[in-house]
Amino acid sequence: MANKISVTVNGKQYTGEVESRTLLSDYLREDLSLTGTHIGCDTSSCGACTIHIDGKAVKSCTMLAVQADGCEVTTVEGLATNGNLHPMQESFKEEHGLQCGFCTPGMMMTATDFLKTNPNPSEQEIREALEGNFCRCTGYHNIVRSIQLAAKKMSEAV
Amino acid sequence: MIPNSFDYKKATSVDEAISLLGDDVQILGGGHSLIPTLKLRLNAPGTLVDISKIESLKVIRDNENSITIGGGATHASIAADAALSEHAPMMTQAAKEIGDIQVRNFGTIGGSMAHADPAADWPAVLLACDANVVIQGKGGKREVDIDQFFKGFYETALADGEIITAVRIPKMASNRHSVYVKFKQPASRFAIVGCAVGIEMEGGVVKSARIGMTGVGESAYRAMNVEKALVGQALTAESIEAAVKNVTEGAEVMSDHYASQKYRTHLAHVYVKRALKMLM
Amino acid sequence: MTKYIGKSVKRVEDKRFITGQGKYTDDIKMPGMVYAYILRSPYAHATVNSINIDAAKSAEGVVAIYTGADIPEAIAGVPCGWQVNFKNGDIMKEPPHPLLVRKKVRHVGDGVAIIIADTRANAKDASELVDVDYDLHDAVTDPKAAAQPGAPLVHADAPNNIAFDWQLGNPKEEVAAALASAAHVTELDFVNQRMIPNAMEPRSAIGHYDTAYDKYTLYTSTQNPHLTRLLMCAFVLGLPEHKVRVVGPDVGGGFGSKIFHYIEEALVVWCSKQIELPIKWTCDRSEAFLTDAHGRDHVTNAKMGFDADGKIVALQANTFANMGAYLSTFAPAVPTYLHGTLLQGLYTTPKINVDVTATFTHTNAVDAYRGAGRPEATFLLERLIDLAALEMEMDPTELRFKNFIPAFDGVEQEGYVTQVALQYDSGNYAPVLTRALEMVGYEAFREEQKNQKGDKLLGIGFSTYVEACGIAPSAVVGALGARAGLFESAQVRVQPTGKVSVYTGSHSHGQGHETTFAQVVADRMGIPLEDVEIIHGDSDSVAFGMGTYGSRSLAVGGSAIVKSIDKVLEKGAKIAAHLLEASTDDLDYAEGKWTVKGTDKSVGFGDVSLTAYVPHNYPEGLEPGLDFSSFYDPANFTYPFGAHVAIVEIDKETGFTKLKRFIAVDDVGNVINPMIVDGQIHGGLAQGIGQAMLEGAIYDETGQLINGSYMDYCMPRADDFPSFEVDRTVTPCPHNPLGVKGAGEAGCIGSTPAVVNAVIDALWKGGHKVKDVKMPMTPERVWTAMQG
Ligand SMILES: Cc1cc2nc3c(=O)[nH]c(=O)nc-3n(C[C@H](O)[C@H](O)[C@H](O)COP(=O)(O)OP(=O)(O)OC[C@H]3O[C@@H](n4cnc5c(N)ncnc54)[C@H](O)[C@@H]3O)c2cc1C
Ligand code: FES
Ligand code: FES
Repeated sequence: MANKISVTVNGKQYTGEVESRTLLSDYLREDLSLTGTHIGCDTSSCGACTIHIDGKAVKSCTMLAVQADGCEVTTVEGLATNGNLHPMQESFKEEHGLQCGFCTPGMMMTATDFLKTNPNPSEQEIREALEGNFCRCTGYHNIVRSIQLAAKKMSEAV
Repeated sequence: MIPNSFDYKKATSVDEAISLLGDDVQILGGGHSLIPTLKLRLNAPGTLVDISKIESLKVIRDNENSITIGGGATHASIAADAALSEHAPMMTQAAKEIGDIQVRNFGTIGGSMAHADPAADWPAVLLACDANVVIQGKGGKREVDIDQFFKGFYETALADGEIITAVRIPKMASNRHSVYVKFKQPASRFAIVGCAVGIEMEGGVVKSARIGMTGVGESAYRAMNVEKALVGQALTAESIEAAVKNVTEGAEVMSDHYASQKYRTHLAHVYVKRALKMLM
Repeated sequence: MTKYIGKSVKRVEDKRFITGQGKYTDDIKMPGMVYAYILRSPYAHATVNSINIDAAKSAEGVVAIYTGADIPEAIAGVPCGWQVNFKNGDIMKEPPHPLLVRKKVRHVGDGVAIIIADTRANAKDASELVDVDYDLHDAVTDPKAAAQPGAPLVHADAPNNIAFDWQLGNPKEEVAAALASAAHVTELDFVNQRMIPNAMEPRSAIGHYDTAYDKYTLYTSTQNPHLTRLLMCAFVLGLPEHKVRVVGPDVGGGFGSKIFHYIEEALVVWCSKQIELPIKWTCDRSEAFLTDAHGRDHVTNAKMGFDADGKIVALQANTFANMGAYLSTFAPAVPTYLHGTLLQGLYTTPKINVDVTATFTHTNAVDAYRGAGRPEATFLLERLIDLAALEMEMDPTELRFKNFIPAFDGVEQEGYVTQVALQYDSGNYAPVLTRALEMVGYEAFREEQKNQKGDKLLGIGFSTYVEACGIAPSAVVGALGARAGLFESAQVRVQPTGKVSVYTGSHSHGQGHETTFAQVVADRMGIPLEDVEIIHGDSDSVAFGMGTYGSRSLAVGGSAIVKSIDKVLEKGAKIAAHLLEASTDDLDYAEGKWTVKGTDKSVGFGDVSLTAYVPHNYPEGLEPGLDFSSFYDPANFTYPFGAHVAIVEIDKETGFTKLKRFIAVDDVGNVINPMIVDGQIHGGLAQGIGQAMLEGAIYDETGQLINGSYMDYCMPRADDFPSFEVDRTVTPCPHNPLGVKGAGEAGCIGSTPAVVNAVIDALWKGGHKVKDVKMPMTPERVWTAMQG
């Protein structure tokens, strides 16, 4: 069954038709060519596909594209504004929070949502916040450091 | 990772949703149990009726003696609700134990209850809270006492064509105490043993107790014999030790590669004991 | 002259990844592209009676379906790249690994048919209409059980399922005699369990046959594009190599699992020729669990003998190694030349014998997984020595200090010759353990442990290791059975404006070569980092390459780059001398310019570059251009080493074990980028600790992988770890120009036994004198150990 949807992705409006069964992750990757959102599993576990829907982190492989109708979607491609990297992006680079880069978009999307509710987290809180995001490369050590740095940058910015 | 084909219908009200239900139709709540099963093609409904956009289902209402949580309220909104944290803190605590940030943002309490995963958290907690489940179908509204809700392995009192529109949690009086503790399966982080305890104290002794267990048996259950053994006792290490002996009585204790029957039984004892000691 | 080397330069590749612009194979789309789904066997051992594709063929969007019967007989299957002979000289059993099975399936996940359709969804839907009729047979999954008489046979021509047997070291009788006269013998039976690599990017391959150019392109998530091309062209499809381009674009982690040439790669290329359309295949995670080559899976008995003083007198190790159903690319090398050869460890053990039996089972293939053989060797040694210390009531660190090989730098002192066929390059073992003990606060910890009361047990575990990286030289590995060379190539192309493009045969999939290699080039050439571009992963632009694995990239690939730089600078000097009207002997090169000694006359690198391409005023007889290629074949392996320490706390009531601290002091030789090296160590630690505490494949007796999803197979998460405490010592490699040894696997090699030893230590201190807790040490297993 085809459904008409209209979504705003990274500030841009898209209108199109999707099959009911199309996952939001596939819509973003295949229909919109936003391939920064990655697919790492089929059990909604790994978080590589994490994006924001109306500002909240969600695993885009666990939502139907048709459900995003009328929503504001932000993907990793929309994290930087006017060519300026988001503090989270800067921090991942500065603290070597990525190696192969595959988990990175999802990590950053989860972390930015997390810092909204907990702008000043402890190390343990950061580790727990990443329960739904797997990384095989970094041992998480520098991802935690990156998020700590981002928290600092973001709280200094306000 | 592509589901079988199905039709999709978005409901804007509970009545509309109910009118759309029927043969080969499934409700789509937060989708965080349903969509994973669709992706793996373990489940292939003909039609999904999406109730996640029905605003009235998301409301958490503070009543005089109870709090009504809409069936579409997410784990995250429950965790963040001020009234719950004041009057039913175990709900807040448990909500934070479920899944991860992303799952909590979209998974709902109604979906979790309807799904009735034997290792899910809400079932134990709602048993201990003495909640009521508010259900609506073509025949109208009914309220099911939580004690009558779980019927077996992924089975509940919910009939075809019915929606969980809310759960009602009684507010805790000042002499009530509660806690939820969970031993997690390392991979899925669902409960191997989850134990929710609500007790009412009077004159230094337990007046009544409700203990909900999840992860242990084929569905969540109340550890009635522990509850009984506690009544009239002061909470001491000794009274707790004596009371928890048969926490798995009546349950068909599950076994898997993370926890054999023997070990799971042992953990159930340890966790109910720990929960009670936290209330000493 | 080191502006960059030794500095934590931020990675140049990060920009594209943090903005979501990385290009992984599945991100690539081509006009007309169609999608493949591979139908796989749900059974471990069965005869395929028939396959009916009629209904599937007419399903919506289906372009083509092929089964084993459609693939020409001449395409036998994917080859093995390493030959190990039986002890009696017979060559190993090497049954074909067909692209799609013809008659028999041999593990769950074996490919049965490929369905190609206009969309992934249609391909998947159609696959459900393929009807396969199977006759089921009994299966065997345990490597030791497989070798017992009467076990179900995986291949008719491999009796007792034995692929090969092998031994190395001193004669068995001598080792037995030494053990017999030892004052103490520690014996341990253990399993180094099967691991699933789980790179976060699932494997993906695109095959594209271009009719206009009669040329094939394969995009694939590989660590090793050139070797994949060679194997596929020469041994699988019989394609002309110059008509085949293999590209490994951005790759989301490998850890060994993406070294190998897989059936899917050859399949999409072959099918693409048949239908003349580009075909993409990307596996689901469930498929990855079943088909990415697994790691480890050794069943071992080992004995270590000590004299009254605690000096090791002998070691006997007997191992059954699981190969799975087929021999994957490097599988035979892992339990033999990457494992047996490491059993000297960093100890002076005078008598060592290792005996390995490699068996086929009805399971997915096993091959190199981060560390490949060296983690198994380290585990064996380090478990034994810590256990021996407990049994002999000695301090485990003292026991190690007593047995360490004395320091040798490989220059003044000869490299250390082991009993198991290697000569270590350089080593200084005591300082890493000393430093680790300082970081731990060892005495204070033992005090705390002694005073520990209540419901927790505290334990500390050690592991000191030496490993071998950059496996080489080619002639030697050839003699050991490698069917490929293990050199590396590099081209340094100076552009007319003095910008430098470097083409390396190494492949980066997280290691940060675009930064580290550029640091080396920029420093050696005295030019800004921004003027250097590292290009890798494309067989059409890079001359040749052996890829990235075995911690070889910098030691081997980096050295090849240095060789080319030397050639560039040598020729540049000739041009500079001409321009400066001086002799090359009178020139100094520094900071990007040639200066006539003792004068201020100089010419810059950019001017020389331009002159090389605009050779108007130019040395007579010199060719224009400034572009050099080199092949570097190392003289020896490199041998990093280190000391790892784990501190754990066990909940007595539940067995739940918390890793409280992890300290790692590694010596990986010279360090080009400390930030990146630390990152490599961290990642390795997480995988090694993951093996000890969380991970492990479980096959049931029918050959079903019962934990083939993230709901059951425990991937380590952030909250499973504390922050790691890492430090290093530096003992340069004496035989490569950079003095580097390799850092990619060290973390994974050293850490596993440290964690198990810590748990065993805690249990002994709590009065539970068990020899072993099986990995992964789940809470239930630890709890069970406390019930005895
Ligand atoms: C990675 C991951 C980790 C998780 N970890 C945990 C955990 O630790 N503990 C835990 O308890 N859960 C966990 N969950 C499950 C999660 O809490 C789900 O959100 C919940 O179980 C189902 O709620 P839902 O709203 O997503 O329901 P859906 O997935 O939408 O639906 C589930 C079922 O309920 C039905 N349904 C949905 N809503 C209603 C309704 N209002 N009335 C009647 N029927 C309805 C559907 O038809 C379906 O059969 C996890 C899930 C994931 C993906
Ligand atoms: S791809 Fe969405 S959670 Fe793994
Ligand atoms: S950086 Fe590779 S998975 Fe995280």
